[in-house]
Amino acid sequence: MPEAGGFPAGGPPGFAARMLELADELRREDMKVGTSELLDAFAALREVPWTDEEDFREALAATLAKSQEDRRTFELVFDRFFFRSVEREAVQRGLSEERFQGAGDRLDLDDLRERIRAAIRGGSDGEMRDMARLAIAAFGRQGEGSGVIGVDVQRIRRTLDLRATSEAEAAADLGSVPRERLREFERDLRRELERALIERTRSFPPSRPLRDFERALPSGPLQDLAAVHRVVAQLKRRLASQGAEQRGRRRSAVVDVRRTMRASLETGGVPLRLKHRPRRPRRPELYVLCDVSTSVTSASVFFLSVLHALHDSFRKLRSFVFVERISEVTDVFERESSFAAVSRAIATDAGVADVSGYTDYGRVWLEFLEQVADDLHPRSTVIVLGDARTNGREPYSRAFAALAERAGRTFWINPEPKLYWNYGDSVMSVYEPFCDGVFECWTTKQLEGFVRAVTESRPRAA
Amino acid sequence: MAAELNSVDAARDGLAAASYLADEPTALVSFLAFKLAKPVLVEGPAGVGKTELAKALARATGRRLIRLQCYEGLDEAKALYEWNYRKQLLRIQAEASDAGWERVQDDIFGEEFLLSRPLLQAIAEDEPVVLLIDEIDKADQEFEAMLLEVLSDFQISIPELGVVEAQSRPLALLTSNNSRELTEALKRRCLYLWLDYPDVERELEIVRMHAPELDAQVARKLVEVIHMVRGLDLKKPPSIAESIDWARALMLLGADEIDESVLQRTMSIIVKHRADLDVVAERAGVKLQQGRLAG
Repeated sequence: MPEAGGFPAGGPPGFAARMLELADELRREDMKVGTSELLDAFAALREVPWTDEEDFREALAATLAKSQEDRRTFELVFDRFFFRSVEREAVQRGLSEERFQGAGDRLDLDDLRERIRAAIRGGSDGEMRDMARLAIAAFGRQGEGSGVIGVDVQRIRRTLDLRATSEAEAAADLGSVPRERLREFERDLRRELERALIERTRSFPPSRPLRDFERALPSGPLQDLAAVHRVVAQLKRRLASQGAEQRGRRRSAVVDVRRTMRASLETGGVPLRLKHRPRRPRRPELYVLCDVSTSVTSASVFFLSVLHALHDSFRKLRSFVFVERISEVTDVFERESSFAAVSRAIATDAGVADVSGYTDYGRVWLEFLEQVADDLHPRSTVIVLGDARTNGREPYSRAFAALAERAGRTFWINPEPKLYWNYGDSVMSVYEPFCDGVFECWTTKQLEGFVRAVTESRPRAA
Repeated sequence: MAAELNSVDAARDGLAAASYLADEPTALVSFLAFKLAKPVLVEGPAGVGKTELAKALARATGRRLIRLQCYEGLDEAKALYEWNYRKQLLRIQAEASDAGWERVQDDIFGEEFLLSRPLLQAIAEDEPVVLLIDEIDKADQEFEAMLLEVLSDFQISIPELGVVEAQSRPLALLTSNNSRELTEALKRRCLYLWLDYPDVERELEIVRMHAPELDAQVARKLVEVIHMVRGLDLKKPPSIAESIDWARALMLLGADEIDESVLQRTMSIIVKHRADLDVVAERAGVKLQQGRLAG
């Protein structure tokens, strides 16, 4: 059994302290790094050569980052942390590197462009770093850069005329570079510019927290769809097991006499094991109303994918889309299984009465009440996906109150940031009091938050 | 052939000898798991070889593989241990009525009457084993909590018997398809490994390893098609196992080129949804045509 704790033998002095600093930075980025994780990391570092960068990084990642999102955060923080550590040393010791000075005059620019492109397309990481420096020296006009690193990076990229394409297309088109590699090249540029800035000013800028878009996993709409499906599957599990949690882990109280007697035959007629009647799982009933008007166009794709995922998971689900009036699309989802087909069907022939293209929430409630209110009962959950922008029309909050009253629970998911609610024609505050919860939600992460909140809050006492 | 995974390279070579091509992180985590005796939580999309990794580790180290498949409603009677009621009852009946209660009681709660389930087996074994807890995300949260004792201390408390401590440390792998968030407590006790679909070169190696007779040209084309298909918006993207199956099928068919008609005929090996079949037929067909024009 490995003894807990202890620092890796042979580590340089101050090594453990650095590790703690790293852990601290990770915690500041909302990663849960506990003492036990740190001890594991030290134990792991005793086993791998910490002089090998990849092994070092992997060993830390395996012990500190416990999910794919964490792993992504870890990569970013790790890079930043060790880059900054080195730079800080350099500033403290007054070291600076020799740079290419005025190389731009002597270098043929077209030639340079070709060489950089070749390095990005197929060179090693080292070559790419060298090329980044060369590019800065040639195009960056040191000393008169804009002072904003992001702007400089984009300017250099434009000057170099680098076009990004997918990996497959880049293979055919020699003038372009694969997107991933270009991103790495930009990262190198950014780093070199930062290093130059530190050397020039001889000061060390404070570290910024990671921004959300940096942290977000590089993902296409495809992965988003998968993520939505995952979250909804989670919602289903939580809703299904919710009853059990509230009732405790008791088995059903009703003994199944027939099965108990049968089981007792195995034990010579002594009923050793009681067999219980299976408990009937509570089937959640969902009513989802989804706004597909133009004001939420970008959000509707997200919402439709939520709806699509819900249909995959729940059998007792009725869905409605609305703009000016409401129309039920349950059968569309049941008929079509691919997301593309569903959105096409809804866009063309779902019968969404879209005369003006403006949402009329008041009318939607009235129609919903008229069509389906009789089916609502205290076990049903109503989820509204919409921005609550009525375009100045009467919100009919009483109608909404009536349907919230009939349904067991009512939730509202709003694709706008909370900041914008109730500005302009948004009437969120009118509906809010009748909901069991309102959520801002335009990323899968927030969707997860919604799932958590929905499944943790208990149904109102009927 | 009990090999030891005493360094990262040894782990990689050992796994390769067990026909599993591990990349750097996988080899490193396998080595750490072996060295630190910590369980590993392996996550990743379906069909990237999470379960296979456990099997390969068992082959590489010459250990026995004990597998526990998780599902909703899995409980300790199925995972840890259970008393053999029938045998206990027989014992009581066989005992003459004059035997004291005390004696019988001591008797029937002995190891003889214990049915050990995978987890108990794994730690009670004299020789160390590889323990695979498959699809832990399918089990209930309560089950996870129960695992904690086994995974961190490698012991199981049985009220009637006392604590059963591990004779040997099993090399434990937990796999998850990420269908729900696992508890922090469980994650904290594990090393973490994320397995993703391999890149073209690596997958090509894997395919060639499992279908060595397939023509090199065809194998490369096959892997490229698979990668393209994974890039489409599919319900279930093809897994590594499916690309191997496809390679074997092409081998049997004696195909020396992947063109549209071959794809049409054998597509059902890599794509398993009706809607997906349509998408692949439409998109992949176009790509293959373009490829021919360019080539």
